[in-house]
Amino acid sequence: MGGFWSFVKKETLHILRDPRTMLIVLGMPVVQLLLFGFAISTEVNNIDVAIVAPHPSEAVRQCVARLEANPYFTLRGGISGAEIDRTLRRGDAEAVVVFAADFDRRMERLARGEDGRAAIQLVMDASNTNTALAGAAYLRQALLPSRPEALSVETRLLYNPQMKSAYNFVPGIMGLIFIVICAIMTSVSIVREKETGTMEVLLVSPVRPIRIILAKMIPYFVLSCLDLVTILLLARYVLGVPMSGSIVGIVSTSLLYLALALALGLFISTTADRQITALIISTMLMLLPLIMLSGMVFPIENMPWILRTLSCIIPARWYIDAIRKLMIEGLPFAAVARDFLILAGMTLALVVVALKKFNDKLE
Amino acid sequence: MSKPILSVRELTKRFGTFTAVDRISFDVGRGEIFGFLGANGAGKTTAMRMLCGLSLPTSGRGTVAGCDILRESEAIKRHIGYMSQRFSLYDDLTVLENIRLYGGIYGLRRREILRRAVEVLRRLDFGSERNTSVGALPLGWKQKLAFSVATLHRPELVFLDEPTGGVDPLTRRQFWELIYEAAAGGTTLFVTTHYMDEAEYCSRVSIMVDGRICALGAPAELKREFGAASMDEVFRLLARGAKRSE
Amino acid sequence: MDAAIKVQGLTKRYGTLTALDDVSFEVRRGELFGLIGPDGAGKTTLFRLLTTLLTPDAGSASVDGLDIVADYRAIRRRVGYMPGRFSLYADLTVAENLDFFAALFGVDAAANYELIAPVYRQIEPFRTRRAGNLSGGMKQKLALCCALIHRPSVLFLDEPTTGVDAVSRSEFWEMLAGLKERGISMLVSTPYMDEARRCDRIALCDKGRLLGVDTPQELVRSFDDPLYALTGPDLYGLLTAARRQPGVRECYPFGAAHHLVAERGFDPDGLLRALSAEGFTGVSIRPVAADIEDVFIKRMGHE
Repeated sequence: MGGFWSFVKKETLHILRDPRTMLIVLGMPVVQLLLFGFAISTEVNNIDVAIVAPHPSEAVRQCVARLEANPYFTLRGGISGAEIDRTLRRGDAEAVVVFAADFDRRMERLARGEDGRAAIQLVMDASNTNTALAGAAYLRQALLPSRPEALSVETRLLYNPQMKSAYNFVPGIMGLIFIVICAIMTSVSIVREKETGTMEVLLVSPVRPIRIILAKMIPYFVLSCLDLVTILLLARYVLGVPMSGSIVGIVSTSLLYLALALALGLFISTTADRQITALIISTMLMLLPLIMLSGMVFPIENMPWILRTLSCIIPARWYIDAIRKLMIEGLPFAAVARDFLILAGMTLALVVVALKKFNDKLE
Repeated sequence: MSKPILSVRELTKRFGTFTAVDRISFDVGRGEIFGFLGANGAGKTTAMRMLCGLSLPTSGRGTVAGCDILRESEAIKRHIGYMSQRFSLYDDLTVLENIRLYGGIYGLRRREILRRAVEVLRRLDFGSERNTSVGALPLGWKQKLAFSVATLHRPELVFLDEPTGGVDPLTRRQFWELIYEAAAGGTTLFVTTHYMDEAEYCSRVSIMVDGRICALGAPAELKREFGAASMDEVFRLLARGAKRSE
Repeated sequence: MDAAIKVQGLTKRYGTLTALDDVSFEVRRGELFGLIGPDGAGKTTLFRLLTTLLTPDAGSASVDGLDIVADYRAIRRRVGYMPGRFSLYADLTVAENLDFFAALFGVDAAANYELIAPVYRQIEPFRTRRAGNLSGGMKQKLALCCALIHRPSVLFLDEPTTGVDAVSRSEFWEMLAGLKERGISMLVSTPYMDEARRCDRIALCDKGRLLGVDTPQELVRSFDDPLYALTGPDLYGLLTAARRQPGVRECYPFGAAHHLVAERGFDPDGLLRALSAEGFTGVSIRPVAADIEDVFIKRMGHE
């Protein structure tokens, strides 16, 4: 149908003629990712370190001396291997540096390029994963500055072994941005036509208005895809998010989420008559709960049961959960099957309700 | 004529290279009903904004209600009344609440507001409607109320911006009687309208074309000057020559 | 020949407000029909009912022989509609707007150029300008082109001249007269009574009801009270003084003179004498033919 593409073109023109919106849509993910990323890497300060050195050779002593000289670290003294857990739990130290008993030998083997086990093990208190992660990196630098690449430092995190919140903001931002672009922007752009009166003319035409609205969604969908690519590239190459899971899984879950957000936008547009109403509905009913309840900011596990139950109806919760598993924990797509099915069900329900509510009259 | 209440000389407003208002000069005498006409885009709105102290002229000078347009634009707002087509009343407030609100906006004292509210209600014969919400009033009543509210602080000069747009012929005429009455009481009225028959009601009329005033005088004079039977004809003769449209 | 628009007992309520109350009239094919009345007369509601945007609470109507409820999809293919508000895309250019509306109706803008040409030629120099930057008069011309691009058989124009200056208004009516010659039936609403004479027939409406349907000439002829134009130097004084005189039913401002509706057997010379006794000088009175506004005011009073 030739008309369809001319509607898409018209909608694209609307977007292109509004450079400020374009800038926000394309710039927002970049700025947010970099801001969060920057905030994380500068959080490290004054880490309390305990040492386990069963055989303090000269090399070990040099390492400890380097730590002592580094202003970022405060040495809390030596402990025995059995005390590690207790020390961390009591908060006496945030990190424990465990030198292997055969430290010198292991170092030599590594220096020869032979495969070998790590000479130093770091045990971090991961209750604050941001500090833990950055602290580990700092410690690695401080302990073995000369040839860190030849030496492996094994990092074991005690209380949060999957580093759950370290890059959590990346899926969170994805969940947020796609809702903003797809749901809010499409609903506002549909409602704008009602407000300016062009909807009246569109309705009094042979084209089924739902066609026009679908055409409206396409450019926003394309924009969101651009954002998706930007986010994935930034996350991988600038922030260094492992992204060890299935990339196909990440993309297909994201596309499903985009469809859901578009359906949500259509639904909002059927309930609002003015742009400002659409904006308020989207902000109050979608953005706030999304930020508060989706697990983006506050962990769902720690919520009282009523909020936890409430969070189940928030699509972003399932999306963010799925992306975390795929992107950060590196789980296979099968692990997010439940999230995916829930999102698919929600999308279907929203589409049905929105289409039913969509009216080709003015009342 | 005593000292004019509004007097402007060479008033000009430019937006970039576009001259919206081009060196207009005129006086309005006290107690006049002054019709300010012009085609769409002739610069009426821009000129009126300057006269009401809402925007500063690029060049030129003038006084409105005794205040200098350039230096005392804030003071102008306190000395004039303003009513537009949408008559700026709050539909969900009652008649009395609207009067009080505007009394407060104009900085009248509480007792003074009450006194004038009673007076307005009596004059409009609104006694039993004082607590009716404005939205429920018939259009004609609303309009009278809006006019009374716009003149609550007893300004000497009132600007009326298309006060009768879309109004039925009867209500329109009732409104003009209100204008006549105010003028007879010494208030000066500065009116814009698209109804050319209303131009005939004015004591003097100016017609703007392309940012300049190209006709100014009593309707009878203008009709004679242009050999026209009505103000409508005068307007057409002048506006046809307009070069620009907004 | 069947009617282009046929309205029978059409009623529309919004909650407790009856926006349109038992309205009936007919627009013949090829007719330029005016719907004349102030804000709140129900004009826009009537337009939305006839363009199938609303469904009536009672009564029925047909457009081009099609029922507005049962055949609403078919009606949407055949009518052109220009709503009261500026209904174009302000951020698209003149040409882009036109192309969009052509696509909306599945026609080629070039194929129907000949129909819109007389109007479009006037805005063509600005075809690359954004619609939002056009003047009021040009916006209307563009909106008219967009409403015409698919050769509708019936054209609905809701207050096309509101807020537009007298000259542009007059030009717009000339364009409508041109379209009438092409055989397009038109229903046009306006709050300006002076535009009535541009229509073949008009319906006067107020508060959701029709005050009369006829040709402007017949409506004016139906005004059978003695009517005079009264004028003098002190118009306001004259107005209040004349109302106190015997035999004067009504006196209201009407342009440069007042219109005075008198009872039968009214003696104008007697009025002049009485007024001069009250100190009025230079007063003149003469019989005048009624205007649509006189008819409207009179019929409003009967309601």
